[in-house]
Amino acid sequence: MDTFSIAGKTFTSRLIVGTGKYSSPSVMVKAHDASGAEMITVAVRRVNISDRTKESLLDYIDTSKYFILPNTAGCYTAEEAVRTARLGREAGLSNWVKLEVIGDEKTLFPDNEALLEATRILVREDFVVLPYTNDDPVTCRKLEDAGAAAVMPLGAPIGSGLGIQNPNNIRIIREFARVPLIVDAGVGTASDAALAMELGADAVLMNTAIAGAQDPVAMAEAMNLAVRAGRLAYLSGRIPRKMYASASSPVEGLVGR
Amino acid sequence: MTIILNGDPHEVTRPLTVSELLAQLEIDSRRVAVEHNLVVLKHATFDDVVVHEGDQVEIVNFVGGG
Repeated sequence: MDTFSIAGKTFTSRLIVGTGKYSSPSVMVKAHDASGAEMITVAVRRVNISDRTKESLLDYIDTSKYFILPNTAGCYTAEEAVRTARLGREAGLSNWVKLEVIGDEKTLFPDNEALLEATRILVREDFVVLPYTNDDPVTCRKLEDAGAAAVMPLGAPIGSGLGIQNPNNIRIIREFARVPLIVDAGVGTASDAALAMELGADAVLMNTAIAGAQDPVAMAEAMNLAVRAGRLAYLSGRIPRKMYASASSPVEGLVGR
Repeated sequence: MTIILNGDPHEVTRPLTVSELLAQLEIDSRRVAVEHNLVVLKHATFDDVVVHEGDQVEIVNFVGGG
């Protein structure tokens, strides 16, 4: 069985999916099922005090089936992210966190300096830290040195659907990383997910590409297949790229020569 | 007395424990995390920690996200 492990926990599915932006909880549940994912991300937000009629997200998630990964999305300082991670740990069942510290509102690109600072603090508090980072090999190495349990470089800006903008950086991060490499954000369609895996990613994390598709359940299945196809292709060892043709059929024994 | 609950002023009749506050708000304590004056509380302490006049309380839960 082709599995991968983060901080000693083994996963069979290499697709990690989000819970945001779905048109309804039932569509989300069906999409999660079709994706084959074992780990799903959630956000931590204030309870609405004035309107307690709204159901909780966890009413729809079978926590015996899915591993919950709380994120620190929307945090702009290390302090905010650490505070949110601590709350997520108490609201949930584990010490894992998808660490986001955003540096820019329009691009949602990470603030590397604050991300590193928050990683160091949370590692000291025994968190399993999975940082969402730039596709920069040097930053990834620093995060690893700071004790991150995985590195999660972006393929493109969150929710952009632009695909893997810098495949060579992902390849270089693959070469250097001693912890799992998860491409997080930027996937638009199945081929983007397959490419991430072909570049050597251990897993792909996505939300909008599935939740925002016209048919999220079908797209979730497409992503499930794409991640598996990309992984198999990576393990199979692709042929080298060449400038010219190389015939597949014999050149001898042609009729009439 | 007034406390600051999730960023807004909130009236309660007297100092009360976190468990009592959650019960008043009809919030299932198993589904939330609570921060009291910037300290994140363990669930086991909800019966013991008392919220006083002017205290800041944050009550959070999980919502959809990526």
